[in-house]
Amino acid sequence: MKIQEDARYAKSDEWVRVEGQVAVVGISDYAQEKLGDIVFVGDIAVGSELKAGDLLTSVESVKAASDIYSPVSGKVVEVNSEVVAKPELVNSDAFGAGWLAKIELSNPAEVNSLMSAAEYAEYRKD
Amino acid sequence: MTLYDKSVAGRCAFSFSFEEDEARAESCIPDYARAGVKSLPEVSELDLVRHFTNLATVNYGVDTGFYPLGSCTMKYNPKINERLAADPRLTMRHPLDDVSENQGVLQMEYELKESLEEITGMDDFTLQPACGAHGELTGMLIIHAYMRDHDPRRTRVLIPDSAHGTNPASASMAGFQVVTVPSDERGGVDMEALDHLMDDTVAAIMLTNPNTVGLFDENITRISELVHARGGLLYYDGANLNALMGLIRPGDLGFDVVHLNLHKTFSTPHGGGGPGAAPVGVKQFLAEYLPVPIVVQRDGQYALDSDRPRSIGRMSAFYGNTGVLARAFVYIRMMGRDGLAAASRAAVINANYVKKLLAPYYPPAYDRPVMHETVLSAKGYDKYGVSLLDIAKRLMDYGYHPPTIYFPHFPPHAEEVMMIEPTESESRETLDAFCDALIRISKEAQEQPDLLLSAPHNTVVTRVNETYAARHLVTSQRDKKGIG
Repeated sequence: MKIQEDARYAKSDEWVRVEGQVAVVGISDYAQEKLGDIVFVGDIAVGSELKAGDLLTSVESVKAASDIYSPVSGKVVEVNSEVVAKPELVNSDAFGAGWLAKIELSNPAEVNSLMSAAEYAEYRKD
Repeated sequence: MTLYDKSVAGRCAFSFSFEEDEARAESCIPDYARAGVKSLPEVSELDLVRHFTNLATVNYGVDTGFYPLGSCTMKYNPKINERLAADPRLTMRHPLDDVSENQGVLQMEYELKESLEEITGMDDFTLQPACGAHGELTGMLIIHAYMRDHDPRRTRVLIPDSAHGTNPASASMAGFQVVTVPSDERGGVDMEALDHLMDDTVAAIMLTNPNTVGLFDENITRISELVHARGGLLYYDGANLNALMGLIRPGDLGFDVVHLNLHKTFSTPHGGGGPGAAPVGVKQFLAEYLPVPIVVQRDGQYALDSDRPRSIGRMSAFYGNTGVLARAFVYIRMMGRDGLAAASRAAVINANYVKKLLAPYYPPAYDRPVMHETVLSAKGYDKYGVSLLDIAKRLMDYGYHPPTIYFPHFPPHAEEVMMIEPTESESRETLDAFCDALIRISKEAQEQPDLLLSAPHNTVVTRVNETYAARHLVTSQRDKKGIG
């Protein structure tokens, strides 16, 4: 299981990496490994306003369809169109090319309540 | 090879004896018929017959072998069901015939309704819904209409996290907001959470009991009392009634609305998308909301009653899936009260037998007796480099249809669990042989993992690319060009 050191993590296995006012959101390497080969990433509407814990999108793998929640509140400002065309990017590079959306933070302090890399590694160590 | 690949321009599976017949046939084709349709395959009759006969020989079904698919049970369908349902006196009836000419069909539906009422402990039934989720939607619409008339504050429906995904979808389509109730450690409804959530905004709780992991919720009477005391209704998803039929009646447990999957519990064909049938039963106080028309008895005749002003309306055209209803009717009559109870008992014993034999190799997800199906784990096999998928593929080499894998979902991710439902019809010898195969595969995983990774070897189609079709979606023959 790979862990991205400079990201923070939700219990439902999404990660965020803060770049200024914007958080990049994706699902963790642990999550992609559990889900198996991902074959579909659902639409994400640019401009939608989300609260932390709201449904961001869903992904489908050969095993299951899984809801993905936004770990932070804010407005979706960019969507990774590449990953919609090539869902396998989530498998091959969950923390890099497999990112899902960029969210302009409306409450940056929320990020601190998410798990650190070390805490997440402990949380998913089984 | 598809029929399209065998197509040769100009070849055809019929011929006219006389040229004038052909001319007459052509003159009958209306002007609005599309000209130059190229999407139909052109083959001779013999090519056509061979194509489908050969396909039929490579099919795998419950008539050819053991099919322990948990959740989507493939139960054996006794041939007497088929034989009687195929009787021309039934099949040649038309729903637009006058009611006086369809008395036999209506009588069959009326008596089926009576049987289902007795089996479930409900007061009235509609036979219209054409599949499980359609039954759920019908039931939820009935509750929605009832609450609209009696307590419009109640706009939410509670659904356990172990429920089948159709439950929240149906409640939501009927206009309710869905609230998830967590499960406790034993796999049942978390009573503390239910106590906290059950307020005066809740219209109903949807329960499947035994639930989707095959466990009977022992708190059912407490749940029933709590929900009713606070003004809510109980909806019974009858997907798993095949563990209880003839033994326990949902109506006696306090359920107000029930749907039954005839295409599972009552042994009518299932799979390939139907046709199904999911009658919905209700307690008397909800009967006026049932869909119209309802079969009733009037002056010694059977009639269709549509004069029910509070009805939620029609849920399907005509009488529902009559052929499916006929099969369930025959099944119930052939089994009788004692037979149905014996089938439930055998289904439960068979599932527990398989669980016990396999537990040392594939530990059960919950360490307690199960009902009609069991969830076993293949966790730990990853240290040999094999996954549950490889185990399931290898099982095909032994001649079995694999069980349901990576389901039920224990959120948020797909775990290495398989769901086995032997059903009541299988012999001990079949169950022993099946378990032997899974035990041998467990040893193979440790000693020869490659055997699993490249499985299946003995099937017509060997290991398929699990992702290609989903990532490169082709939905029609016309789109086929240019792929792969």
